[in-house]
Amino acid sequence: MMIDKENLKVIRLAHGAGGILQQELINFITKDISKKNINNGIGIDELDDGATIPIENTDKEFIITADGHTISPIIFPGGDLGKLSIYGTLNDILMMGGTPLALTSCYIIEEGFNMKKLENIINSFNKASSEEDLAIIAGDTKVMPKGTLNGIIITTTGIGIRDRKIKIADNNLKIGDVIILTGSIGDHGTALMASREGFNISTDLQSDLASLTPIICSVKNEIQNNFIHSMKDPTRGGIAGALNDWAKKNNLGIYIDEEKIPIKNQVQAICDMLGLDPFNIACEGRALIAVDPNYSKEVLKKIKETKLGTDAEIIGIVKEENPGNVFLKTIVGGMRFLDMPLGEPIPRIC
Amino acid sequence: MNIPNIQILRSKKFATKLIESINNVLDEIDRPIKLMHVCGTHEHTIFKYGLRSIISKKIEIISGPGCPVCVCPAADIDKIIELAKRKDTIITTFGDMLRIPATNISLEEIKAEGADIRIVYGPNEAVKIAKENPNKEIIFFAIGFETTAPLVGFEIQSNPPLNFSVLCAHKLIPAALELLISQSQLKIDGFISPGHVSAIIGLEPFEIFSQGYHIPNVITGFEPNDVLLAILMLLREIKDNTYRVLNEYSRVVKPKGNIKAQEIISDVFETISSPWRGIGRVYDGGLAIKEKYKDFNAENKFEIEIKESHDIPPGCSCHLVMIGKLKPYECKLFRKKCNPINPIGPCMVSSEGSCSIYYKYF
Repeated sequence: MMIDKENLKVIRLAHGAGGILQQELINFITKDISKKNINNGIGIDELDDGATIPIENTDKEFIITADGHTISPIIFPGGDLGKLSIYGTLNDILMMGGTPLALTSCYIIEEGFNMKKLENIINSFNKASSEEDLAIIAGDTKVMPKGTLNGIIITTTGIGIRDRKIKIADNNLKIGDVIILTGSIGDHGTALMASREGFNISTDLQSDLASLTPIICSVKNEIQNNFIHSMKDPTRGGIAGALNDWAKKNNLGIYIDEEKIPIKNQVQAICDMLGLDPFNIACEGRALIAVDPNYSKEVLKKIKETKLGTDAEIIGIVKEENPGNVFLKTIVGGMRFLDMPLGEPIPRIC
Repeated sequence: MNIPNIQILRSKKFATKLIESINNVLDEIDRPIKLMHVCGTHEHTIFKYGLRSIISKKIEIISGPGCPVCVCPAADIDKIIELAKRKDTIITTFGDMLRIPATNISLEEIKAEGADIRIVYGPNEAVKIAKENPNKEIIFFAIGFETTAPLVGFEIQSNPPLNFSVLCAHKLIPAALELLISQSQLKIDGFISPGHVSAIIGLEPFEIFSQGYHIPNVITGFEPNDVLLAILMLLREIKDNTYRVLNEYSRVVKPKGNIKAQEIISDVFETISSPWRGIGRVYDGGLAIKEKYKDFNAENKFEIEIKESHDIPPGCSCHLVMIGKLKPYECKLFRKKCNPINPIGPCMVSSEGSCSIYYKYF
């Protein structure tokens, strides 16, 4: 029997998990777009957190981000879909050094979705946006026939503004940059996994879902003065995904010290149990910040003074050697690659 | 259970001391040493903590056939694929099984064609699905070593609904190891033996290696300092020309193992001669469901016809990688045609497969 393998190619879950397959999918979608940026701003080719549109005859530029939000369960320890949609969008703007202004929102809802549940999500969405002083300026709704969608999806466009002199971008890493991580890794993904059916793990672990506003405000000067070169929030794919993305986009080597990476005991224990690696697991309220080494201590101090950043640490350094790769000095002193995660993390068998 | 602080098992200070001692003993032995582990999780620990980069180059650690999904023969996967084509049938199995290439296609590909295949984390979930879907047949594809067999046995013993059945492809580790040593020219100086398997079967099944083949064995845990300590213990045995079965993982492994689990295995299963992917037929190398539980044996319940199956695709070296004769990077397909996104051979699929681990960390 001959099987036509080409015909069997389908979208797999791993295409959305922040790893190599997702990059392939994005490339597949974007490769034939004819116009990819405006006024030489950051465009879709850069695969950054968002795009910039320089405003002619001013020293400002708009930041535009796009995001689709879906999560299971819709309400999870430490948050829900509404809050996640706001913070996810907001953090993308902040990671480009921008000031968030407004959002558009589009609710795509499955027929039969519980009205009370929807109300809770909307309330949480509105509360989070109002706390961050964000305007919701446009939106859309669609209802899909039952079975064509699993519950609800929220898509957002984020709109922010920044000074054109700010050079923060994914590809703006410099040799010698010091990398700061603002808090413990893996809390979000691990809390979600533990709360899913089938594991029966009892834990009080909460998602790290948070607005990064306090942290970014604390280092506003360093952002304005371009002492901070690049920022990323390690969502899907975890810090392994984010660091590899940096290494590849900048063609530089990144050296990380495992000992310095804050991991909560519960996260480590659950990951050990399931055979997962916290490095690959999503965070929703953490940032990786690449700073000029002359200002790294100052930046770290300021971040640590915020409530969200008390566990912040300097975790690594950017080097010229081994371009495109991330190296990890392990807790027992060995060296290994920290590779791009490939797809959805799967718990091991035995 | 006396669990030491995890920090000690991962402490750099302790690791440094262990390496110092390893080097001292190594100086006295004064020849290259070849150690073999037979558990994917050990390979994982060795890579994850970069252990090969901190021990002497004189110690070579090779991986044996310790990845449960890798050694599952294509014929068994072909069978479950045939079953998946049946109407009103739900196949349940571990996530790693989905992408293992069989003779023609994988479970993942048949799933994309519309077959109802669900990933579960244990056979208990499969039984739950069976209870929720009384009008469908739920078949659990049971793979793995002595570690997963008791879980499956327990479900079979516990009066599951009659629409639940098991396609049994369990394998037993010690028999395969013995075949490997008796036949190959590997000249292994010591075994880093699998902690999880030993927790079930105890120390006794490993005595054959020390008594019969004069190779020391250390039952080993999965933290980096567990592995380093085991290496030290093995080197001391080698230096003293002794070859005992020692237990480094005593915080989990009891000398006699888990008696209850052993009882379940012997009640539900019988030992059979069984094919291992890459190794061939192993006498006493697998388990089959006993006659008295035949109602839950999918092979008994359904007629399964498969054509000739092929374990190793052309060009693939998984059969040599599995028995430690070839390093993954020595295979000509490695990182080229064969990668975790498009795996050619079974060792590139599972997170416990040597090729996949080398791809990720090497």
